Amino acid sequence: QFRAMAALRGLRAPLTARLRAGPRAPLRSTASAPPLYDVVVSGGGMVGSAMAAVLGHDIHFHDKKIALLEAGPRKEYSHMPDSYSNRVSSISPGSATLLSSCGAWDHVCSLRLKPFQRMQVWDACSEAMIVFEKDDLDDMGYIVENDVIMSALTKQLDAVADRVEVFYRSKAVGYTWPLPSHSCDTSPWVQVELADGRRLQTKLLIGADGHNSMVRKEAEIKNIEHQYDQSAVVATLYLSEATNNNVAWQRFLPTGPIALLPLSDTASSLVWSTSHDHAAELLAMDEESFVDSINSAFWSNINHSDFIDTAGAMFRSAISLLKPSGTAVRQLPPSVAKVDPESRAMFPLGMGHATEYVQHRVALIGDAAHRVHPLAGQGVNLGFGDIACLAHHLSAAAFNGSDLGSLKHLLKFETERQRHNVSLIAATDVLKRLYSTTLVPLVLLRTWGLQATNALPPLKVRI
Amino acid sequence: QLSLFRFTVKRPFSTSHSSVDSKEMKKFQLLAHKWWDEEGEYAALHSMNDIRVPFIRDTLLSMSSNYHLGNPLSGIKILDVGCGGGLLSEPLGRLGASVTGIDPVEDNIRTADRHKSFDPVLAKRIQYKSSSLEEIVEESMETFDVIVASEVVEHVADLETFIRCCSQVLKPEGSLFITTINKTQLSYVLGIVVAEKIMGIVPEGTHEWEKFVPPEELEHLLESNGFSVKTVNGMLYNPLLGSWSWVESTSLNYAVHAVKSGAWAQSHTADTPPQTDIQQRSATAGTAG
Repeated sequence: QFRAMAALRGLRAPLTARLRAGPRAPLRSTASAPPLYDVVVSGGGMVGSAMAAVLGHDIHFHDKKIALLEAGPRKEYSHMPDSYSNRVSSISPGSATLLSSCGAWDHVCSLRLKPFQRMQVWDACSEAMIVFEKDDLDDMGYIVENDVIMSALTKQLDAVADRVEVFYRSKAVGYTWPLPSHSCDTSPWVQVELADGRRLQTKLLIGADGHNSMVRKEAEIKNIEHQYDQSAVVATLYLSEATNNNVAWQRFLPTGPIALLPLSDTASSLVWSTSHDHAAELLAMDEESFVDSINSAFWSNINHSDFIDTAGAMFRSAISLLKPSGTAVRQLPPSVAKVDPESRAMFPLGMGHATEYVQHRVALIGDAAHRVHPLAGQGVNLGFGDIACLAHHLSAAAFNGSDLGSLKHLLKFETERQRHNVSLIAATDVLKRLYSTTLVPLVLLRTWGLQATNALPPLKVRI
Repeated sequence: QLSLFRFTVKRPFSTSHSSVDSKEMKKFQLLAHKWWDEEGEYAALHSMNDIRVPFIRDTLLSMSSNYHLGNPLSGIKILDVGCGGGLLSEPLGRLGASVTGIDPVEDNIRTADRHKSFDPVLAKRIQYKSSSLEEIVEESMETFDVIVASEVVEHVADLETFIRCCSQVLKPEGSLFITTINKTQLSYVLGIVVAEKIMGIVPEGTHEWEKFVPPEELEHLLESNGFSVKTVNGMLYNPLLGSWSWVESTSLNYAVHAVKSGAWAQSHTADTPPQTDIQQRSATAGTAG
């Protein structure tokens, strides 16, 4: 009988592996016990702040206590500077919906954002191009400065200050994990120790502390990671002439993709992923040379080979025979006149994926769970997707009177998100590698692939 | 969770019609510390919360006009009879109810008390007492808005006494929620043979098929003791997924919602025909597998 039962339990997810046998949390009398929260979110960036804001605005969390821990100081966003920040994100409509649900999107709209209706992606080594566009010419996405998003979220956190306590300048330095609930003599909660010695207890710890997540490391969750030999150069650029700047441009160079994201009719944000050396050069050169490099990157055909061009043209004619409307009109990207002097910066790129997103009383979201190359513009959208899914499950759990840290609903979150994220992260990684070469067969492959994808509506819609 | 047991010498007086059974008591005493292992012996009860808590919650919300979704059961006084380790009391407490959990097995109460003690909100909202239902009747007349007796009545020695006591401690128009197991060939095969002896979903020896209660009998007893039966729903456990769902058929597990009538006079005794009762029992005994 026991063998059958054990076999049966084995069929289901082996939960015992997720129940840690780490350092025991000592029993304290309730009188001196550290304050107990229902949820503690570690990390006050865009994803952590949004998580806390969404839970704080959830009706089933009305009487719950939430804490948000942020290592840095509280930033005042009372007014936006005239110049644009060089850290921007491409926000998908789904993410905009999430931010709406906690009231933050209205603030974003009243500050500043740039909707775009079209995305043109093409190769440096051929004429192949793919254009993304919604049939009804709806907004495909929005380019928003990260500071604008943070300002909106901070406002919405203030609005629910009775439920969400934000701890600034409060870096977590240690976590103590509970044993599984049935050994009754030790505290069943997660203990959090802050740098200044203060302690908190929580029923659920959400790690939103970035790709070097301490929560993930302390929970001993294995992380598959890979440093790309690339850095991203960011800058704010001013266009040669004002234009209806509603297209996001991306060109795959052999050294890496260069993207121009619209900020306004006269300004765009640069995200140029390239080798570390080249990135350092770009930062060091004078402004004029920098602008020239950018224009050349978008306009030059130096990487074309006759062979590829001919092959590409033949393929295009073949498609237009079968599907006359299959090739889209090629628009020309804007040319850049000036760069905002203070805005050049660079940061290294890598890829990462946690093998588990959850454990007993722990969940990882955002970059703590997964880190992608910016080429797909998906990074923060994956994080917002995590929040939507986790908040949905936690809300249902709260309305069922469940223990918020229970693996039962946390595993549902993990399954849903891993299923979604892994394919996207893998595809992004493959694309990154595929486009990092000038080798003719691979260029041909991706040329035809891109053209075929452009011509086939179902595939494009899925992307 | 558990049933009501006859206490031994400790009690100076015991009612002659007690619903408590001492054999049942011993069974649960051995497993008192296993309650909160979600993957252990009581796994099926933990996952039963996924359907019984929403059932109780939604039924009560549908009968009320004034509630807040952040604290849906706030202000409601619930008696959890046979609360065991508090598996059902805690979610009800988290939803805002004031819960009194009673169970005759002291070890269960000790486990329940210890488990709730770490959460200051629950510690205030839930009170546990080692007691049988009869013992609290006198001090708790018409005290509770709701009684839940989940997986209890199949352990009870005298079901009619049990129901009568429920009626006494319930406020008029208060709700009674029962989940239990039907007495059918299917429940013998699946509920006892498979669940206990083969798959170990339920600790062996937990249930006695003889004490399973068919919904018709339960309904009859309820209606003749001042209750109006509002809902009877079948429940089904899927051992592969470890989850419960609502089903049409009540041949295995089922849940009942009954409401104590407002105008019922306490002194009225039902005339339950003992003849039919015995006939029913011997008939079903014949078909026991």
